[in-house]
Amino acid sequence: MPHVVTTHGDCSAFTGGLFEFDVEARSVRQLILELENRFPGLGDYIERRMAIAIDGEIHQDAYGAALGEHSEVYLIPKIGGG
Amino acid sequence: MSKQHISATVNGDPVEFLSDPGTTLLDALRDELRLTGSKEGCGSGDCGACSVLLDGRLVCSCLVLAPEAEGRRIDTIEGMAQGGVLHPLQQKFIDHAALQCGFCTPGLLVAAKALLDVNPDPTESEIRYWLAGNLCRCTGYDKIVTAVQDAAAELRQVRRAS
Amino acid sequence: MTDVMSRPAPELKVVGTRPVRPDGVDKVTGAATYGADFHLPGMLVGKIKRSPHAHARIVSIDTRAALALPGVKAVVTAADLPDLASEEYEAGESASNLRDLSLNVMARRKALYDGHAVAAVAATSSAIADAALDLIKVTYEVLPHVIDVEAAMAPDAPVLHAHMFTEGLDEHPSLPSNIAKRNQIKGGDIGQGFADADVIVEGRYTTQAVHQGYIEPHACLATVAADGQCQVWSSSQGQFMVRTYCAKVLDLDISNVRVIPAEIGGGFGGKTTVYLEPLALALSRQSGHPVKMTMTREEVFRATGPTSGAVILVKLGAKKDGKITAAEVELKYQAGAFSGSPVGAGSMTALAVYALENFQITGWDVVTNSPKVAAYRAPGAPIAAFGVESAMDELALKLGIDPITLREINGVKDGVKATYGPTFRNIGYLETLQAIKDCPQYSAPLGPNQGRGVAAGFWFNVGGESTAAVHINEDGTAVVVTGNPDIGGSRASMAMMAAEVLGLPIDKVRPIVADTASIGFSMVTGGSRTTFATGMAVVQAAEKIVAELKQRAAMIWDVDLDMVAWENGAAVCLDASKAGLRPLPLGGIAAQSGKTGGPISAEVSLNAQGAGPGFGVHVCDVEVDPETGHVTVLRYTAAQDVGKAIHPSYVEGQIQGGVAQGVGWALNEEYIFDADGRMENAGFLDYRVPVASDLPMIDAIMIEVPNPRHPYGAKGVGEVPIVPPLAAVANAVRAAIGVRMCDLPLSPPKIRAVIDAKVS
Repeated sequence: MPHVVTTHGDCSAFTGGLFEFDVEARSVRQLILELENRFPGLGDYIERRMAIAIDGEIHQDAYGAALGEHSEVYLIPKIGGG
Repeated sequence: MSKQHISATVNGDPVEFLSDPGTTLLDALRDELRLTGSKEGCGSGDCGACSVLLDGRLVCSCLVLAPEAEGRRIDTIEGMAQGGVLHPLQQKFIDHAALQCGFCTPGLLVAAKALLDVNPDPTESEIRYWLAGNLCRCTGYDKIVTAVQDAAAELRQVRRAS
Repeated sequence: MTDVMSRPAPELKVVGTRPVRPDGVDKVTGAATYGADFHLPGMLVGKIKRSPHAHARIVSIDTRAALALPGVKAVVTAADLPDLASEEYEAGESASNLRDLSLNVMARRKALYDGHAVAAVAATSSAIADAALDLIKVTYEVLPHVIDVEAAMAPDAPVLHAHMFTEGLDEHPSLPSNIAKRNQIKGGDIGQGFADADVIVEGRYTTQAVHQGYIEPHACLATVAADGQCQVWSSSQGQFMVRTYCAKVLDLDISNVRVIPAEIGGGFGGKTTVYLEPLALALSRQSGHPVKMTMTREEVFRATGPTSGAVILVKLGAKKDGKITAAEVELKYQAGAFSGSPVGAGSMTALAVYALENFQITGWDVVTNSPKVAAYRAPGAPIAAFGVESAMDELALKLGIDPITLREINGVKDGVKATYGPTFRNIGYLETLQAIKDCPQYSAPLGPNQGRGVAAGFWFNVGGESTAAVHINEDGTAVVVTGNPDIGGSRASMAMMAAEVLGLPIDKVRPIVADTASIGFSMVTGGSRTTFATGMAVVQAAEKIVAELKQRAAMIWDVDLDMVAWENGAAVCLDASKAGLRPLPLGGIAAQSGKTGGPISAEVSLNAQGAGPGFGVHVCDVEVDPETGHVTVLRYTAAQDVGKAIHPSYVEGQIQGGVAQGVGWALNEEYIFDADGRMENAGFLDYRVPVASDLPMIDAIMIEVPNPRHPYGAKGVGEVPIVPPLAAVANAVRAAIGVRMCDLPLSPPKIRAVIDAKVS
């Protein structure tokens, strides 16, 4: 089951202070739906404001990105450049 | 106030245009003569993007009033290539990647040509101080200096050969 | 969704070489057209009336006299624009609040900075437009203003937005303030970490607002036809971004707005938003004529986003052997008139080059009565790096450890978890440290009043949405079409990548940058994304072409498809029984395209993921003149992990340009405000950017640790180089004068004051 972690305080308002948890999901879309289910508002927040690093690679707005059985999944704020 | 009639020579060709007395030469070149190669970066003579030669002298055309051009010779970037053949400076700028966005490039080329016309073998320091009036925000000037040095070398060789 | 592209590394024929850029001739002859270079018949001149107050309620605006002036064809205020609800929308590259964008384009009810647009006119001449601006009567109720970030955070500060309640705090505040948001990143236990430390270093650092300083002021030409169809010629970092923002601000269907990209005279992030275009469209709609708007240099400074000024607090704890046991950073960034400073990215990049167990980074996004900040090359990162890399320098001195060695001891590498979360893969940080250690400058002798400084930097780079099309012409030459403005030579790289895949010489492949109606959507040119993401789309489109060419060859030869290979720009038959068949070059297939199925074209749209981060390490040597306080940069070497340099000259150019901006930021550039909150140095004379005589040659060392996600291993390169210079220069000055200066810019009067104090 993919292990989801965040070092950022952004999510804790939704998770009640939790910074890591396991989520049964095989794609980013499933992950978002799962998290929205578990922590109402979090899925929507992630969609709008966060990027997802899967095994070290950063994905932004990528519903289809695949999560492996032992994937390390990090939630980080969205990145914009200049 | 009615416009003034101005006759001048631009890039070797006689031109005539109308302009308000308060219009800058830069605006006259760009808006009346549609020579948009000279650019406005600041309007106050600090960036050099509007550099042209006025009777052979390097000036910021944003600081020259259009009526001052009456009867005089103006050379702009558009006159640098001759008959479709690039001037060595232009070629070297391309070869050495001495431009990125290209906005400062016309002014820099005019200024660099003015330098090589009076000093065919400038040191790096002389190049940098001569071009200090031309701002570039993209390149850090490194490749520009290299391009000018290379163009100078080529021009000296051409002169020696002829 | 994109698939991972892993391919065996073939011998490359075009990628990695240095061909001449295809738009070079236009740019050296003055023929290239930038935003202000367009003319249309009947064109009007548009100008903006701007608030002279840093903070004021707009009581009334009377435009009647202006409208009555002969030659004035339109006058626009916020009343002519839709009052948008707050809505976040991704158009450029990251989310923008549309309401804030609209209010920044034209003030409604309140002017929030000196220079804030309050009205706009269109007239038949520049002189008449100026006269019309003078005739617009605005009644203001002037309010106290605040610009300094800590002053803006104070409880008694004048509040800009009555509905701003700080997000991200443990408890929702009861009173509004200027603090839009607090973010925090934590790992481990910093209390324990500091307790375990043998040595602790603490510092407070400040930077001032600095402008991207592009030489081309904002400019556009807009026209609205009687049926409401809009066209805009605009210099920007993204024609699709301009289209989206104009449509949203004016409440139009996106399909009714066509944006044609002009060449752009520099952006660096500052042109990833709009200021003029919606107003030019509104004026054109009202007047029935095309309207051209250009900013003066003064307007560019007063009214377009600089980046934040900031306060950076850093505390580092380390063991005697150099291993950092704890790091704490606090960042306070100015956002300007509306929330959205890059403090989030600053927080994430601040400690990114260090492998740490115990860390805490807190960031504050604070609104101030100054222009709304816009992105500036690695937004947020240079500021944070200035503080952290200065503190690291201090730590190196205290421990008696070489600054490169100290960074090696604590440096991130593959398999290490970043402080912002994920585990690093395919990074070249340690290699860049080594490159600086080995470079000639690092061991060059130094004389009196000279000093050497080292600093490291990091930037994520992004991917994002891009579209590219490749078309094969009847004679076998090709066209590559993308929607990304070419700021630094990307057009050449697109052509090179297509040529590589197709097997054509580079001069047979022509790139063009198309308007919004002629190519599919692309996000902006920025975020160091173009070579990566648009390049990926180009390669995939070219690969689709190759697949199509093989099919056509199979048809021509009447062989099975799996008997056809593509080599060196030609189809090759693998069927031994057809030994007589010669390779069929692209031109030969193109000539028969009509008979084999029709024109050969491909378009690919994607959302590129897996952009690789970049690392840079810089070393700077300076000499300080003790009499004048003037700093001369003697030598500068910048090493950077670039993944794969598609066109090495343009990669070097990005590195050199970023360094130059960083040097200016460190030594001279700053926004100077007077007591009324007006910018005093809104011109290039007194806003001092580096000129040719300020800099030496800048040595760029490119380290190639490929990013396997990109077909040729490219990583973004444009932003990393501006991150290390602030501290590299400041650390060099410290070495030269023996005193650490913590407040940028290190301008001559400040250095003189420090030298004088030291002497007395």
